[in-house]
Amino acid sequence: MRHTISVLVENEFGVLSRVAGLFSGRGFNIESLCVAETTDAGVSRMTIVTSGNDQIVEQILKQLNKLVPVLKVIDLTGADTVVRELVLVKVNADNEGKQEVLRLVDIFRAKIVDVAPRCYTIEMTGGEGKVQAFLQMLRPLGIKDVVRTGKIAISRGA
Amino acid sequence: MQMTGAEIFVKALADLGVDVVFGFPGGAVLNIYDALFRNTRVRHVLCRHEQGAVHMADGYARASGRTGVCLVTSGPGATNTVTGLATAYMDSIPLVVFSGQVPTLLIGNDAFQEADIVGISRPCTKHNYLVKDVRDLARIIKEAFYIASTGRPGPVLVDMPKDVLVSPAEYNLPREVKLRGYHPNYEGHPRQVESAMRMILSKERPVLYAGGGVILSNASAELAELARLLAIPVTTTLMGMGVFPGSDPLSLGMLGMHGTYWANMAISHADVIVAVGARFDDRVTGKVDEFAPHAKIVHIDIDPTSIQKNVPVDIPIVGDLKDVLRKMIRHVKGKKEAAAYREKTGAWRGRIAAWAKTHPLTYKPAKGKIKPQYVVEQIYKVAKGKAIVATEVGQNQMWAAQFYTYDMPRTFLSSGGLGTMGYGLPAAIGAQVAMPGRLVVDIAGDGSIQMNIQELATAVQFKIPVKVVILNNGYLGMVRQWQELFFEGKYSHTRLPQIPDFVRLAEAYGAKGFRATKTEEVHDVLKEGFAADGPVLIDVVVDPAEMVYPMVPAGAPLTKMLLV
Repeated sequence: MRHTISVLVENEFGVLSRVAGLFSGRGFNIESLCVAETTDAGVSRMTIVTSGNDQIVEQILKQLNKLVPVLKVIDLTGADTVVRELVLVKVNADNEGKQEVLRLVDIFRAKIVDVAPRCYTIEMTGGEGKVQAFLQMLRPLGIKDVVRTGKIAISRGA
Repeated sequence: MQMTGAEIFVKALADLGVDVVFGFPGGAVLNIYDALFRNTRVRHVLCRHEQGAVHMADGYARASGRTGVCLVTSGPGATNTVTGLATAYMDSIPLVVFSGQVPTLLIGNDAFQEADIVGISRPCTKHNYLVKDVRDLARIIKEAFYIASTGRPGPVLVDMPKDVLVSPAEYNLPREVKLRGYHPNYEGHPRQVESAMRMILSKERPVLYAGGGVILSNASAELAELARLLAIPVTTTLMGMGVFPGSDPLSLGMLGMHGTYWANMAISHADVIVAVGARFDDRVTGKVDEFAPHAKIVHIDIDPTSIQKNVPVDIPIVGDLKDVLRKMIRHVKGKKEAAAYREKTGAWRGRIAAWAKTHPLTYKPAKGKIKPQYVVEQIYKVAKGKAIVATEVGQNQMWAAQFYTYDMPRTFLSSGGLGTMGYGLPAAIGAQVAMPGRLVVDIAGDGSIQMNIQELATAVQFKIPVKVVILNNGYLGMVRQWQELFFEGKYSHTRLPQIPDFVRLAEAYGAKGFRATKTEEVHDVLKEGFAADGPVLIDVVVDPAEMVYPMVPAGAPLTKMLLV
């Protein structure tokens, strides 16, 4: 099963490689990983999407907790959370396709951020389902390139 | 007063109570060696290879319970410590390795003797540091010792660039360590302890399965008290040898791949297993799906990651073993339940005794050949069971575990997790440095001893009187055993036709050499060797065909043992 794990870490040299090394060394997989500073400049948040059975995920959570610079580990799976991902897509925008691209951008509340002859670059954010659906709709029109940030997540409520 | 980083380093070590450092000098740590030269509080033991230095610090830590300390230079000095770090990490041994590093400005430039040791050692240390500012040095040293020795202990590496060591700063060793991401949990949860006790008391076939954690927690007395209070038989892992007296009637000896028949049978038929500071390693469980099929499992460990890692656990208790065992004892001490339980479990102990009778630990004497097991028995006799025994890895290690009775913790030093050949001699030297008055014996094989034999020079130079007994069978015996059993006797590259004359080799190093080639000589040669001053190497030419039994083939369940 897929899990989204939020990890607060000391914002210090080498901490990313400690976390990445833990996953690779123990054969856990990382589907996506996002890292950035929090409101406290001394603390960074990593949002890691991983998968495994219950026993593996339990190990992942415990092993992360064991790292000295890790301050807190929260498994957001199943909790009431907002999950988002930012996607940048370059898509064909020749004569027939152009209108369809514009329509999809409108429907998915995306944004065209760059225009070139026969190519639009679109910025879109959303949860997993929306991102998948958007990319699926664009595919027949000819996707030239996709860049995704990986997921970030935050719990709902105060 | 301003001091250089090198002076801060030496003063911090002394202030933290470090009495000895095992090390090897080089360019990046010259300033430290200069500061060491002028100090009188910290002693330095010069090893002959950095791997030896780490094993010495490791042996020192295992024998004494104090944190071992190493000092090496950058590049190859640092990379040579990796096997030692991995060995200590697998066995949770507290030690701190200090490595020199090229100046901060040169890091990443492929400078002379540069290696990214922080990157290289990350997966085999509990934590590691690169000191970037001399003002952080004292604090980091303090933290390194704290992390190494608390919670589940382990090795910590501190990498110190040369410019940090020559820069000046105020000496400021913090009194306390504040780490917001590191809080080991020492107190076992009372409700979990209560459930565990209720579970144990409701069962009839209990076994205590004790590992190296009991040594690390200094909880042997508590373990023995609980075991005797409820008359629960105790089996130990290789790492746990000595945590419960091997001569006690409740002792089942070691379990697992080369464990006793009755320990493995007991575990396989138990209805409740209490794992104390052990981690269900594959060498212990055999085929994990068929491990202890009838048992509920209580698992006590300070490290939450050890729990539920290899086997499902019914009642986990995270905490310091000493604390948890005390709570368990309090639960039943002086109560009628304890006496009733001892009575109820009598039949179970009888069953185990019967297993012990049918297949005792034994070997078949052969005419004209020295049996290695006999040698180990004689070591026990000559030492009167009072030696600190270090081992190498392989058959020598298993026979040392099987045929010597360990009654005290910290008397059996062996690379259990990593299985590092070449561990024994330097570990014995480290143990002897920690325990100058004790008899320290390294039980070795002719293969393993050659992996760090250069440390004989260290022993001779510093008059460290370790006694090495080589069970010389002319083979890499354990690998040979597997080839005999599982590869149709094709002894691919396990025969060692070119073995040095160990007696003359010992003499070349300035140590004393002895040899036994006949069974009748063994006792006297050992006696003479152990009584001799200074480091001694005793070469015992043993039967090359001898095998370690019982043996559970890899991947087989514990009940499928190959027996003598």
